[in-house]
Parts: sequence; C-alpha cells; structure tokens
Amino acid sequence: MASDTTTLAAPHHHPESLHEQFDTLEQQKDVAQFGMWIFLVTEIMFFGGLFGAYLIYRNLYYPAFVAGSNSISIVLGTINTAVLICSSLTMAMAVHSAAIGARKLLIFFLTATLLLGLVFLGIKGVEYHDKWVEHHVPGANFHFVDPERPGEAPVPADVASQTSIYFSLYFLMTGMHALHMCIGVGILLALIWKAYRGAFPPHHYTMIENFGLYWHFVDIIWIFLFPLLYLISRTPQMH
Amino acid sequence: MSTATISPAALEMPRDTYLNASYGVKSWFLTKDHKRIAIMYLVSITSFFLYGGLMAIMMRLELLTPQPDLFQSDVYNKLFSMHGITMVFFFLVPSIPAVLGNFVLPMMIGARDLAFPKVNLASWYIFMIGACFTFSAYISGGVDTGWTFYTPLSTGYLNTHVVAAALGVMIAGFASIFTGLNFIVTTHRMRAPGMTWFRLPLFVWSMYAVSVVQVLATPVLAITLILVAVERAFHIGIFNPALGGDPVLFQHMFWFYSHPAVYIMILPGFGVISEIIPCFSRKRIFGYSAVAFSSMAIGVFGFLVWAHHMFVAGISTYSALVFSLLTFIIAIPSAIKVFNWTATMYKGSIHFDTPMLYALGFIGLFTIGGLTGLFLAAIGVDMHVTATYFVVAHFHYVMVGGMLLAYLAGLHFWWPKITGKMYPEAAAKLAALITFIGFNLTFFPQFVLGYMGMPRRYHSYPPEYQVLNVLSSAGASVLAVGLLMPMFYMLWSLKYGEVAGKNPYRATGLEWTTDSPPPAHNFHETPVVTQEAYDYESLLQEEVEVG
Repeated sequence: MASDTTTLAAPHHHPESLHEQFDTLEQQKDVAQFGMWIFLVTEIMFFGGLFGAYLIYRNLYYPAFVAGSNSISIVLGTINTAVLICSSLTMAMAVHSAAIGARKLLIFFLTATLLLGLVFLGIKGVEYHDKWVEHHVPGANFHFVDPERPGEAPVPADVASQTSIYFSLYFLMTGMHALHMCIGVGILLALIWKAYRGAFPPHHYTMIENFGLYWHFVDIIWIFLFPLLYLISRTPQMH
Repeated sequence: MSTATISPAALEMPRDTYLNASYGVKSWFLTKDHKRIAIMYLVSITSFFLYGGLMAIMMRLELLTPQPDLFQSDVYNKLFSMHGITMVFFFLVPSIPAVLGNFVLPMMIGARDLAFPKVNLASWYIFMIGACFTFSAYISGGVDTGWTFYTPLSTGYLNTHVVAAALGVMIAGFASIFTGLNFIVTTHRMRAPGMTWFRLPLFVWSMYAVSVVQVLATPVLAITLILVAVERAFHIGIFNPALGGDPVLFQHMFWFYSHPAVYIMILPGFGVISEIIPCFSRKRIFGYSAVAFSSMAIGVFGFLVWAHHMFVAGISTYSALVFSLLTFIIAIPSAIKVFNWTATMYKGSIHFDTPMLYALGFIGLFTIGGLTGLFLAAIGVDMHVTATYFVVAHFHYVMVGGMLLAYLAGLHFWWPKITGKMYPEAAAKLAALITFIGFNLTFFPQFVLGYMGMPRRYHSYPPEYQVLNVLSSAGASVLAVGLLMPMFYMLWSLKYGEVAGKNPYRATGLEWTTDSPPPAHNFHETPVVTQEAYDYESLLQEEVEVG
C-alpha cells in the first residue's frame, strides 16, 4: 500500500466562502494568487512574441522606425502614461481599502481606476483616429509622407514604405494592450457592482487583490511600450 | 495470466459514485467535477480522432496508385492539412492531460478536486469553441495550409478559410493553457498530508513538466496565429517579404511553440508508461529521481531546439550547428527514461496484461522514433531527407507509436477506475497486437520511401514507389481495425464488463485506494501518505504474509 487512510484529516466543516476542494481559507487564498501569477506569466509570453518581432524589425529597419516614431504624438503618449500610472496608484489604494474593510473608499478608488482607464482608452482612440486620417494605418490605404522638419532631409521612399512594419507593430502592440485595458474595464464594472453589494469583507477580498495584479501588469506592459514606440531617437542630434 | 485474481464474490459496484451523484444534462454540462470534465474531453477528442483518422484513410487510399485517381491535388492538400490540424491540436495535445490527467491527477495526490474546478470546466468550453471555429472552416470548404500554417502561403496565396482555422487553433490553445495552469497550482498546493514531492507518482511529475511547457509555449502560438489572421485580414506585412516582412520569423515563432508542443504531446506518454511498467513488473521503478528530473530536463531543453525544423529555411550555419548540438543533447533525458524502464523490468515478475502490451509497444516504437530523430538532428542527413516521408515516418513513430499507444495503455489501465468495469482482456490484447502490426506496416515503409526521396504532401508519385506505398496503405487499414476495436469493446464493457473492484491490478498509488468508480469527492477520508511511490516490494511481502 502506498498509504493508509485515516480519519485524522477530514475537515468537512466548511465556512460559506470556502470552496469544497480546499481545507482552509488560507489555502484557498494562496491558491488563487498563485494561479493569478502563473496567468500573468502566460501574458508575458503572449506579449513576448510581439516584443521579439519588434526587436528584430527595429534592428532591420531602424531609420523607418525612427521616422514612424517621430510621426506619433509624444504629448498624448506622455499624458496617457501619466494617466495610467495614476490609475495604478488608485488601484493600489483600492486594494488597501479592501484590506481595512472600508467599503465606500473601495468603491471610490475602483471608480477612480475605472475613470482613469476610460480616459486612457479615449486618448488612445484620438491617437488612432489621427493615424487613420493621416493614412498611417497599414493596409490598402497606407501612405507615409515624412513630415517636413527644418534642417533635415525627408526620408527616402524605401524607408517610407518600411514604416508600414513599424505601424503594424504599433497598432498590434498598443491594440493588444488596449484590448487588455477593455477587459480590465469590464471586470472593474463587475467589481464595483459587487463591492456595492458588500461582497468583499476584509477576510475575503482575493478577487480585488488579483485584479490589482492584473491591472498593474497591464500598466507595466505600457511602461515598456511607451519608450519602445514613442521615444525612438527623439533628439535629432543622436543619429 | 491476468493479475486480477480476486474472487468475484467480493466485488460489487460501489453505491455512491461520481456517475450517480446527480443526473441530467445540466449535471454534466455545468459540472465542476474533474472526473466528469475528463469524460467530456474523452468523448470530444475521440470524435475528433475519428475525423482525423478518416482524413488519413482517404490519403492512404489515394496513395495506393501512383497517378491521381480519387482526389486532385487541391483536395489532397486539404486532406493532409485537416488531418494534421485535427490530430495535433484537437487530439494529441489534449489527449493524456485533459482526459487521463484530469481524471487521475487529483486522485494521485490525494485531492478532492483540481485547484480551479470552474477554470477546468471553462477549458472544455473554450476547447469546443475553438473546435467550432476550426471545423466551420473545414465544413465551408476546407483548409489547405498544412498544420504548420506557413507564411506567406497561408497569408497571401490561399483562398480557403485560413483565418477561422487559425483562430480556432488559437482558442483551443487557451484551453491547453488553462489545463496546465490548473495542474501546476494543484500539484503545488493541493497534495494530501505526507505526499511530498519525491513521493509523487511519476505521472504527476510528467504532467507538471508538461504543464510548465503548456503555460510558457502556448501563448506564443496564440500571438503568432493572431499575427497570421491579422496579416491575412488587413493585408499588413509582418511576415510578407513584399512589404518588408520576414517569413522566416513566422517559422521561428511557430516552432518556438510547436517544438515544445511535441513534448507536450509525448511527455504525458512517458508519465503513463512510468506508472504501468512498475505495476506489471511488480517492482519499484528504477531510478525514481532520474526519471522525474529527466521530465523536467526535457521541458527545459524542449525550448532550445526549435530551429532544427528550419535547417533548410536559410538560417545561419552557426545557429544551425548550435541547434543541432542542442537537439542531440535533448535525446539524453529521453534515453534515460527508456533505460530506466528497461532496468525496472529486469528481474521483475512481468505480467503481459493489455496496458503492459501497449507500454512495451511504446518503448520499442518510441525508441525507433527517437533515434530517427537523431538522424534528423544531423544537419547533413536532414538536408537530404527534409520534407520527405522519412520525416513523416519519424513523426508518426513518436506521435502514434509513442503517444497514441501510451494514451491507449493509460486508457486501458485506468478504465476500471473510470468506469468500475473491466474491459474484455482477450479482445483488448488482440487489439493491441493488431495495432502494433498495423502501425509498423503503415509507417516503416515510409522510412524507406523517404530515404529513397519521395516527398511528403503529394497526391501522386513515380511508379517505382508503388510497392512500398501499397504496403503502407494496407498497414493503415490494419491499424484502423486495431484502433476501432477498443471503441467497441470498451462501450460493451460499460454494460457487460466484469466489476473491477478498487484495485484490479494490485497497483500502488492513491487512486487505487478509493472506490471504482470513485465517489464525487474522490476519497471518503483524506488520505495520509507514509510511503514512497511504487513500493511493490512491501506489497509483495504483505501478500506473502496474508497468503
């Protein structure tokens, strides 16, 4: 026999919020967070494919990447970065509010996170619209004309056509990021509703914590996207 | 002689099982019980297997004669594409993890269920949604990309429903991710008291290694197929050389998943064999920790060999050399396993029950498949046989001779646990034998054909190849009989099979200490583990003292 069965460990007196496959609430919470971290690892691999493609094409077509990067709005990108970092702060405050059992504060900070997320998506929409108007969206209507800059020659035609690779990656990377933001906004709405109903007492707010991990992860992706896409050689004397 | 020698009077079906805990359609489609979800996966992948098998039979039928008679090349292209996509993504990848792993892994570690039962159920739904996408592409005219979706063929030159097929595969990939995530957390956090890491059955170690690979590799496939779909739909140029993209980058990204994926497909098989060999040799496994760590080593090295699929794709000589060397290195942990299984059998008291027959077939055929893989790891030989039937034969020796036989071995081994009934032993042994003969007849000639230079993926061929092709097609029909037989006698056994009892094979392991079929929460009391796995010596001693 590999084992003998005893009645020693058979805790079947389950509190209401404890799922039946677990023995204790600590185990349940631990498992939920462990699962979330592994999920975030899969997300890193998912975005990793895009970052890998970016790395290769940036090395192949550096001048085109510079030209493409110069054509997107650094002002809007910077504002959005600030908005997203603020939303991470409000999310962290929301987790803290849940931990101390302050329901109204929790709802307030979750709503603030939601609003900042929507502001980000709105600004992103404006940026996408600008690109659409300028024919910078890759596909049949793609047409890149280098904006005139004093003291610099416009980019040659082959470089201009290579910018389509830059813009493809720009839309795919920011698009995948925005998709994650949209999913986050949807979950936030559900969390606010549940918090309003009082579903997160101080001993049972793992869902808020896990969502916090997700939200911070999405922010960190942006922290990488911003310099890679917006800040390629912004100072002309560098090349 | 079967090891099941318990007197029939002592055996009756248990009263409360997971099967009669609740009734009705909803009790299945909304279940969170890992055992029921395993059954749902079993039914789904068996039907996908039949579909993929039908495609294979039609291909072998066409290849009976050198000239095209049944199909033209366009239909033939669809046949091998749909065969490959179905078998790889909708049968082999989920086969052992989602069916056998789902069923026995929680029981093996003494848990009531997986860590995330709802995620487990969601994975089945996601798998089926993916299947709907891919099969809708099949129904609306088929797909002819090959299972590899190579660009720029798939993105620019085909008029079939590539986007739907690729998205289906991507969606099904998330089912695989969810299963892997669930197994990792379950193995870490849900083990019964006393079940330390080095008391885990080796099947659990295998599933753990597989899960790590699934979780790390599958997201890369997801983003790769999204890029293919977006490129095709919006005419962007990530992989299109006309627009500055690089088609070889697609191959890198695809094989970064798909080489680890062949280990997703074979590692669970290693786990099953590691359970069966000690049980039917009545001996402790030889070198437990070597077998456990070789699984982990395969998981790690599996990520470092992908470019050996691309020796002719124009990668640099130096990177080809490195990938060739790493490919030779990854043969070592696989060989460790084969040697350890053989050493386990040495001086064991071997019983040739059906699971053992499949397991022995596995060891022989996997060894041939693995060693021919080393031919292909050598760049010079690879140049000669790339895209020939040699590669087809190698791959099928590993995937059919290896993984499919391991799956059948495991399905027979745990069938009494799953259903409470024994399959008919004589019919099962016959099926195992027919499968083995049919398999070798089908695929051994393909090694020769490939070495003679017959390319894969063509519906016609020069007449001098006909004899070997006829042999292969004849073998395919024998193989089909061998594979269809279990479906009939296993269904038969549900009603007429002998009652199995808790432990018909006198095997070690926690899953054998509970009822067959198990109760809804697996154990009546949480088990406490006090011994190492595969302690057949003290089991033997107990039997001698009692008898």
